[in-house]
Amino acid sequence: MRIVVLVKPVPDPASAGERLGPDMRLDRAATPAVVNANDEYALEAALKLVEQHGGEVTLLSMAPSTATDTMRKALAMGATRGVLVTDPALEGSDLVSTVTVLAAALKSLEYDLVLAGADTSDGGGGLVAPGVAARLGLPYLSYAARIAPDPDAGTVRVHRIAPTGFEVLEAPMPSLVVCTQALGEPRYPSLKGIMAARSKEVTTRSIADLGLADDAVGGAAVTTRVTGTEKPPARGATKVVRGAPDEAAREVVAFLAERRII
Amino acid sequence: MRGALWVHGELTPEGGLAKISTEVATAARTVAAEAGLDLVGVVIAADPAAAAAELATYLPRVLAVTEPATADHAAGMIVGQRLAALIERDGPAFLFTGAGPEGRDLAGVVSALTGWGVLWNAVAVGWTDGRPTVRMSVFGGKLLTDSTFTGERGIVTIRPNVVSAEAAATPGTVEPTDAAGELSQPVVRIVERLEEAGAAAPIEEAKIIVAGGRGVGGAEGFTLVQELADALGGAVGATRAAVDSGWIGYSQQIGQTGKIVKPQLYLALGVSGAIQHKVGMQTAGTIVAVNRDPDAPIAEFADLIIVGDLFEVGRALLVELRARSG
Repeated sequence: MRIVVLVKPVPDPASAGERLGPDMRLDRAATPAVVNANDEYALEAALKLVEQHGGEVTLLSMAPSTATDTMRKALAMGATRGVLVTDPALEGSDLVSTVTVLAAALKSLEYDLVLAGADTSDGGGGLVAPGVAARLGLPYLSYAARIAPDPDAGTVRVHRIAPTGFEVLEAPMPSLVVCTQALGEPRYPSLKGIMAARSKEVTTRSIADLGLADDAVGGAAVTTRVTGTEKPPARGATKVVRGAPDEAAREVVAFLAERRII
Repeated sequence: MRGALWVHGELTPEGGLAKISTEVATAARTVAAEAGLDLVGVVIAADPAAAAAELATYLPRVLAVTEPATADHAAGMIVGQRLAALIERDGPAFLFTGAGPEGRDLAGVVSALTGWGVLWNAVAVGWTDGRPTVRMSVFGGKLLTDSTFTGERGIVTIRPNVVSAEAAATPGTVEPTDAAGELSQPVVRIVERLEEAGAAAPIEEAKIIVAGGRGVGGAEGFTLVQELADALGGAVGATRAAVDSGWIGYSQQIGQTGKIVKPQLYLALGVSGAIQHKVGMQTAGTIVAVNRDPDAPIAEFADLIIVGDLFEVGRALLVELRARSG
């Protein structure tokens, strides 16, 4: 099986330094980049599938050229190769540009499945995957708790998390599947994996390589813009309660009643 | 002719109108009144009648489109295509929808097919200089941004519990409408539906959440969490550690890789409050924590922390709550 995993380098959510620059865009120099946590679940799912069915895993990112470092971290988990779409003209890209670029990049790759994380820790939109599927006309299977391909039949079954349980979906491959954490915890890269990742192939592509014009994507084609920012209001002081459980419980009830919650 | 603001009406599994759509409709009504836009609801489903009628209690006009394919196929791509084709035909200016899983699938598809931009996960929506302004919470709640569209068209997705749903003074009308366009995208068949025992209302919509973390210690510990949630009329939430340990299902997970919630009350039992969890719940109206460790990170952003054993305090709280409700 050939699997492409969409991977986004994001500012480390554990760092306190995330901020926008004067241009109202993410200040990438302010924080270290990490692989988006939900994308690691998608990558783990892909690695398990090729362990089971054979094949290879290609990582696809659209990011600044420095993202090769982040990609090496994902390669260390066991992916076969990386493709990085990077181009100065992509600076300031919004959702619409991102979908256009990833769809164009996927056209140049061969795959049975495209896997994506449920959303990213920086933007948090979760909109790229359905957009890419619609652009490419791929069967779209979202919020997977289980992925079971049948390579002989050329189909894939997915348990989709639904409000009251699961919908079992079936589609022909190639198709695009949005992964969730229910698929299982991502592995830690082994030392061997880290060593091997150094020599794995990472191809970079410009938007001209993808046949896209400079003004079709990036800052020249934005559909949305940030007009202002504000620090969220600080929460008030914390009230600390110690003492016997029944007394503490009565205090909680009084506190909630005072706030008209109960 | 005035431009129109469209509201997508999402369905519950039972075929009624999802709660999130009543909130989106209410928010859209305020924006449309200020902007002078016509307000139109759209429900696309195998049987749209019930949800469309409900949406019409919030909006003056609702289009009900019968789409048989959604009965046994994944709905997002189908509804998104139909909506994109209707947008092409009728030319509204803006589309508002919910920011839950169904709304995300829909907004992603409609954006890709129309080229419209999306402002997502709105925590407030206003109207400035002829365009919607959308307030979003980014970087896990560390910053609020205000954004708008560069053009005259766009999609806004709105988070649950951002506005209180309120019916319109006068109910609107439902117009059965033919679908436009072809279903050119591949459809994905639903071969089976599996009910999950205990699957509750989506936690994103819950007014009260009782959450358990690593301190709960096991699946049995979640019985107390559930009992407290029942006593408070709320839902059960969990941290990633509790979910990865298999104590409770992934659909209850709150945080960076789970759900973002904004309940009135967040009662956290044995939750340390690590940043990855904090980003999912820090905008809760009131945060109450029970933790052995007075220096746990959650002590920094809870409104009230009880330092003690979560089982002792939790059981005592259960007694008090049950006595109160009589």
